[in-house]
Amino acid sequence: MTDILIHLLLTLLMPPLLLGVIGKTKAAFAGRTGAPFLQPYYDILRLLRKGSVFSDVTTWIFKAGPVITLAATCIAALLIPLGNHPSPVSFTGDMILFAYLFALARFFTMAAALDTGSSFEGMGAAREATFSCLAEPTLFFALIALSRMSNSLSLSTMLNHYSVTDWLRSGASMLLLVGGLFIVLLAENCRIPFDDPNTHLELTMIHEVMVLDHSGPAFGYILYGAALKLFVLQAFFIHIALPLKTGNSLLDWGIFIVSMLILATIIGVVESVMARLRLVRIPQLLVAASILSAFAMLLILR
Amino acid sequence: MTSFADQLLVLVMLINFVVLGSSRMAISIRAVALQGIALGLLPGIMHKFSWHLIMITGGMIVAKGIVIPWLLTGAVRKAEIRREVEPFIGYVATLLLGAVFTALAFVFAAKLPLDPEHQGLLFVPASIATLLTGFLVLTTRRKAISQVIGYLILENGIFIFGLLLTSAMPVMVEAGVLLDLLVGIFIMGIIINHISREFSSIDTSRLTTLKE
Repeated sequence: MTDILIHLLLTLLMPPLLLGVIGKTKAAFAGRTGAPFLQPYYDILRLLRKGSVFSDVTTWIFKAGPVITLAATCIAALLIPLGNHPSPVSFTGDMILFAYLFALARFFTMAAALDTGSSFEGMGAAREATFSCLAEPTLFFALIALSRMSNSLSLSTMLNHYSVTDWLRSGASMLLLVGGLFIVLLAENCRIPFDDPNTHLELTMIHEVMVLDHSGPAFGYILYGAALKLFVLQAFFIHIALPLKTGNSLLDWGIFIVSMLILATIIGVVESVMARLRLVRIPQLLVAASILSAFAMLLILR
Repeated sequence: MTSFADQLLVLVMLINFVVLGSSRMAISIRAVALQGIALGLLPGIMHKFSWHLIMITGGMIVAKGIVIPWLLTGAVRKAEIRREVEPFIGYVATLLLGAVFTALAFVFAAKLPLDPEHQGLLFVPASIATLLTGFLVLTTRRKAISQVIGYLILENGIFIFGLLLTSAMPVMVEAGVLLDLLVGIFIMGIIINHISREFSSIDTSRLTTLKE
């Protein structure tokens, strides 16, 4: 019971903090003081207090987009186990639902972008569709490999199954999986080198261009949804990259929170030291990620 | 020790993908050098210590990890090419083809009638995958340098297969193979320079007509 409460509290409250940590890391690399850690919370609260403006040419899809995106991400957050504790909702085959909840969220973001009729947003939607098509195989190859290793089709048992011995036994394939999933983590959350969340240069925007027309609370939902997505995918990644188990419930939660913050710092470091890729190179890197995880799957299935 | 050998072979197969996916010559050359060093370490892991083994390991690492990359880098610098511009088949397509070939290599290796002690090892699939990658690089790239790299990868694939037999492989044979390879790369380096001086490009697809 307490575990479920902690799970819900963490999923509701922690996501914007990760954005704050990433921002602070980037600021430290650039030699600035940077915005406070809690700045993303202030941003979201400010947006929620504002009024909304809706264009006359948009339909209900435009208004439904942010809400459905946030709702789908929230359900995905209920399916993922955090810090060695089982998730609140789990059943056999929930990994497919997990993957396609993100697809649903993305579909509605793209549909809302297309609904405005703006050519820029259409361009962003086309890019998002292309890149997510290429990122999806990586996730599925990884899920197949993981479910094969743990003989289970449910995320809770699948991800909590790992321990340090798995790394010792099949280190190469685990390393390949981690590499592939880290690329997907960056691509799915529109981080550098795939997309710069701070940029507003129309030639290169992907995610930001799709949400240009949203304002007020709807934009707040989008920001919060993006943070939550980062949180969920980071949690997924940590299960594989750092399978530490102590057995003590509270200690496990502590390890989980610390490792989430460390991973956010690592993403911040990657963003600081890398430049954005040219758009034509992005599919190449995503295909390489798919090959990494397909190769890992091959080694595990063998 | 076989698990460590398996990790090295996985590294070798990953390097295949790096070569297939990178357009920069410098990266390809360094990747092949690393592949040569990884392969040089393998016999030392597989077999018991002996002077014969030290000779093979040392020879492999010096030839494939240092001398050949140095020759190739020199050729690249003289011919002033940094990247493969237009391969016959694009990078993403060759990467996917390489992945398919690797998967097929695993399927094929599982069907081969091998000795029982070689059955579960990665050696055979890794060697076939590396061979096929070498073929792929040889056939899809235009620049003579890339084709030399493809040839090197091909030879690495043959070497991995030979590793299963190394206890029976005398040092003279191994030294002979390495010497052949070294001389081959040396001659290719000279030829590449001649091609680039004569035609101001080392695009081999232009070398289609014979003249007296």
